[in-house]
Amino acid sequence: MSDRIPLPYSPKVLELFRNPKNMGRLKDANTQAMAGSLACGDMISIYLKIDDANHLIEDASFESYGCAANIAASSIMTEMIKGKSLEYTWNISWKQISNELGGLPVVKYHCGVLAVGALRRAIRTYFKEKKLPNWLPKELTPDEKHALEEEKLIEVLSKKMEKTKKPKIDLSYRSK
Amino acid sequence: MRDLIAIHGEPSREVYLDSENSGLIYPKALEEMVRTYKEVGYGNPSITHKIGWESYEVLYKSTEILSQILNTKSSELVYTHGATEANNLAILGSAKANKNDRKEILVSSIEHFSVIFPAERLQEQGYKIIKIPVNEHGFIDNEFLKTKVNGSTFLVSIAPINHEIGTIQNLKEIIDIVKEKNSKTLFHSDAADSFGRVRLNLNKLNLDLASFSSHKIYGPKGVGLLYIKEGLKIEPILHGQLSSQKLWPGVENIPAIAGFAEAAKIFDNMDKNMLLKMRDKLIESILSSTESVLLNGPKGPERSLDNVNLSFLYVEGEAIIVELSMQGIYASSGSACTSRVLEPSHVLIAIGRKYEEAHGSVLMRITPFNNEDDINYVIERIPKGVARLRSLSPIKGG
Ligand SMILES: Cc1ncc(COP(=O)(O)O)c(C=O)c1O
Repeated sequence: MSDRIPLPYSPKVLELFRNPKNMGRLKDANTQAMAGSLACGDMISIYLKIDDANHLIEDASFESYGCAANIAASSIMTEMIKGKSLEYTWNISWKQISNELGGLPVVKYHCGVLAVGALRRAIRTYFKEKKLPNWLPKELTPDEKHALEEEKLIEVLSKKMEKTKKPKIDLSYRSK
Repeated sequence: MRDLIAIHGEPSREVYLDSENSGLIYPKALEEMVRTYKEVGYGNPSITHKIGWESYEVLYKSTEILSQILNTKSSELVYTHGATEANNLAILGSAKANKNDRKEILVSSIEHFSVIFPAERLQEQGYKIIKIPVNEHGFIDNEFLKTKVNGSTFLVSIAPINHEIGTIQNLKEIIDIVKEKNSKTLFHSDAADSFGRVRLNLNKLNLDLASFSSHKIYGPKGVGLLYIKEGLKIEPILHGQLSSQKLWPGVENIPAIAGFAEAAKIFDNMDKNMLLKMRDKLIESILSSTESVLLNGPKGPERSLDNVNLSFLYVEGEAIIVELSMQGIYASSGSACTSRVLEPSHVLIAIGRKYEEAHGSVLMRITPFNNEDDINYVIERIPKGVARLRSLSPIKGG
């Protein structure tokens, strides 16, 4: 068998795609971050409301541009971190997300990576003007680097492949 | 996948629009196939006994039907296991028989992979492959063609209709350009998606090779044809027990061939105005009901009568496909998540679409099995599905 088979999504992925939890912008978020890009076909924004006193996540939400796995991964991740400490949250891995979803297909691992990437970015952003806690490494972690690599890879590819001269699009071929 | 299908559920209405990938068979073609399997034609057409003669007779009759529709001689047609095999035979087989030093092959940048990949394989044998650029609607750059066809050009391969965006090339003009520059250059056309959509009078067109596929015209899967102009030198690429066909060894799939001929007859004779009307209604309705949608491929008579290809900006193709699937609408997307990256369709990139425009593409093919109610249902559901996904997106509407 080759890799070109219908994606063996778990029922959980389909369920969360249909009814995602914690979607949309969080109005009283005190940190947010985004990972991925339009060119990747994958983009996740994470919003967190963090209790400043005890560093607990009071609320979390997401927005996602991407496939069913991307939406499901973001959704389940927000559920996994609500009410949890920042330290616990920082250490969530993409594999845990995949497991919670009943296993992501191999070609969709990057959706988990991207979700974790966005989450860690949001946590780093939160601590930007604050004293770093000792559990937060100064250097980027391998998972964060991984997310960055995914983003860079596609930037390079898309720049290479896209025509330098963009044909104009006849307006009658385009809706409002 | 069984529990996945259970969660997905059985939609109350189903509209199948993914015949670009494959789909339903004409019931009469299926009947013809079953009859051949059960009653007459189930033997090997190379063997000398009554059942062999009967099988040969079915093969002979089917070939007559197909050659009449295509206006060729029966002896110019070779059956294969599909258009993929026909394209491979056309390109690799003619290169195998090529004894001179013309080693340049031109293929359009929007060809099906079953043309591009075998052509690229020939690089190992010293061939140079040149991709012909297309404009924003997928039409071949004739000026480029004029400058690139020369004494070294061995073969040019351009499909009459593009499988993804439905562009109908001006094939006659293109062939004339090629043959004028070098009359010895072979011209191949992958006509899998052209049969019945444009008139292909193979005797009149100055084509040397043309590939066809049964399931693209609602016949059985796994059978196709290669037209090889009389006198053209070509060698088999498969080797085995000699069959009734010189260029293809093995036991001919007579029941499938009989079904193929039956489907060809039906699809060729069909009044296709209905398909055209449904196509335009679908395109126009979505363009006016839904914001930020792009039509990929040309409009009007230059577009294949059954092709619809729209890019929904700010949503990802696979998400739309799954969303539509849950509504009972089956289509496909140009982007495929093959590895770590989502690979946009090479056809959409060739017409100048940006990655994000290509990622949101949805390809639909209107078939003889669809009716206006189906199209109305799709027109009603697509905007809702797209709106839901856009509401999740960080880019638009969130
Ligand atoms: C243009 C084109 N060429 C070739 C093929 C391959 O045909 P087959 O499935 O018969 O091998 C297809 C089918 O998808 C096609 O659309």
